[in-house]
Amino acid sequence: MITTTNLTKNYPSGEGNVAALQGIDLTVDTGEFVCIMGQSGSGKSTLLTILGGMCHPDSGSVEVDGTAIYRLDDNGLADFRARHFGFVFQSFHLVPYLTALENVMLPLAPLKMSAAEKRRLAGDALARMGLADCAGRLPGRLSGGEQERVAIARAVVNRPAILFADEPTGNLDSATSDQVMGLFAELHQAGQTIVMVTHNPDNGRYAQRTIRLKDGLVLHRPSP
Amino acid sequence: MRPYQIAFKNLMRRPARMFFLTVALAVGLAAVVALVTLSNSMTADIEHTMDQFGANILITPKSNDLALSYGGISLGRVSFDQRELDPSVLERIRTIKNHQNIAAIAPKVLGTVTVQGKELLLVGVDFAAELRMKPWWRLTGAEPSADDDALLGTSAAQVLGVKPGDRLTVGGRSFKVAALLQETGSQDDGLLFVPLAAAQAITGKQGKITLIEVAALCSGCPIGEMVDQIAGVLPDAKVSAIKQVVEGRLQTIGQLKRFSLGMGGVIALIGLLVVFITMMGSVNERKVEIGIFRAIGYRTGHVMGIILLEAGLVGLVAGLTGYLLGVGAAAVALPLLAQSGHPHLLLQWQVAIAAIAAVGLVSLLAAIYPARRAGRMDPADALRSL
Repeated sequence: MITTTNLTKNYPSGEGNVAALQGIDLTVDTGEFVCIMGQSGSGKSTLLTILGGMCHPDSGSVEVDGTAIYRLDDNGLADFRARHFGFVFQSFHLVPYLTALENVMLPLAPLKMSAAEKRRLAGDALARMGLADCAGRLPGRLSGGEQERVAIARAVVNRPAILFADEPTGNLDSATSDQVMGLFAELHQAGQTIVMVTHNPDNGRYAQRTIRLKDGLVLHRPSP
Repeated sequence: MRPYQIAFKNLMRRPARMFFLTVALAVGLAAVVALVTLSNSMTADIEHTMDQFGANILITPKSNDLALSYGGISLGRVSFDQRELDPSVLERIRTIKNHQNIAAIAPKVLGTVTVQGKELLLVGVDFAAELRMKPWWRLTGAEPSADDDALLGTSAAQVLGVKPGDRLTVGGRSFKVAALLQETGSQDDGLLFVPLAAAQAITGKQGKITLIEVAALCSGCPIGEMVDQIAGVLPDAKVSAIKQVVEGRLQTIGQLKRFSLGMGGVIALIGLLVVFITMMGSVNERKVEIGIFRAIGYRTGHVMGIILLEAGLVGLVAGLTGYLLGVGAAAVALPLLAQSGHPHLLLQWQVAIAAIAAVGLVSLLAAIYPARRAGRMDPADALRSL
């Protein structure tokens, strides 16, 4: 479960600061699929990076299953991300010189397990995404949809407690977007906690709950 | 997938860039290795040549107004009643600090004698030491070894009309001509050599020594220091080195060595900058990739390790290549520069280890800042899409 308390974040801009987040309090329950929506500049991506342990807030706290993640030191926070979080990025962000299988194995590299076990887990993750035949291909030889599925496989290979996704269908056509969102729905049905940022209302249909942001504030939080 | 595999695959991704970086480092190292190997090989070549010269230290009695004419010192017919050396000096010579560098000590007693009505310069020698010291001597006959064996120079043999096996009477003692010394073109051609004790008896200089020649093995021993050490234990003797020309040559090579080291420093600095700029460029280009690594849980140390490993691999390959190139260049250049006709390329494992380690160290040092920068990169800043 994620709990945030009075999160604030400001970015320097010109002579002053821009308030990206202005006191966000929210909770994401275990197994929940939450969608964060808002216009550009509303603070949704900033909120996702803070929830994902990638950006320290100016004030407030983030607790994940009872751990105040920003009280951890740099290495502790990195370890926490490695063990508990998975990330799907808008532009896929696959490492271009590694094969699909090697990309999926990346999050396992810092973890202590045998190379064979890492390879098996990565192969399983790719197979779940229907990409078992693409394991040896470089990202440049995969379609956009295939790259997105590799990115999702990479995000779930370490069986994270929480999966964060930032505009996961932003670079996909509508048909492929539906396939990808279908995968997220399957993951959720299997018990995966998902926090997704999107500006696409269609994607919001897959979530149990939508959090709307405007100017760094939560506008609306409907009940599930 | 392990961090070292990521480093290796990234290097392979940009083969041209890594190739030119490696070549740049290797060429710089090759220049230094070639110079160092050349100077070491030339030093060894000259030292070997000097060892072949035989005696390189001459010990004579201190004398203000008399000169000898052996070993380059003028010697008059009436000048043999000058001060002599005591045999105890032989033992004292062996007490110097660099005594292990002494290859041979050849004492001599000189005097004039009349043989078959002809005046000759008689030289009493320790034949074993003498033959060891003068490996270029070529004998016709048997090596002299008995107490009544004599050795004659070519000119002396012609004057006396003797051949090996003949007998000679010198100072009332009979000697067998064991061998003739083939022409050397030196003063040795006109000399009559007999055992030291016999010469001492004939010249009336029992227990006396006129001069001593010392052959020093010069590898790792400055000859000047040995001269000073011997002079220290023989205050009543004049000790001189007879290879100033070679010393001058060694000094030149010493300057080459110092130049090599200086050049090595400059090249190391340039290499450091080249690696630094390349690795900084690489880190900046890979900002997103590093952001991914950090986001999915790579520690600062993991990311630093990848960057340092890349630099280390480049340094290792450049070190090996540069060393081989440098040795090859030295092998080509050595025959053109060496003193002797058949110089030997001196390959030292210390130079190989030092060269490869130096390039590896330079590469790692140059990559420390870029690696730290990469390792401390904030994932959210690196991933602009978030």
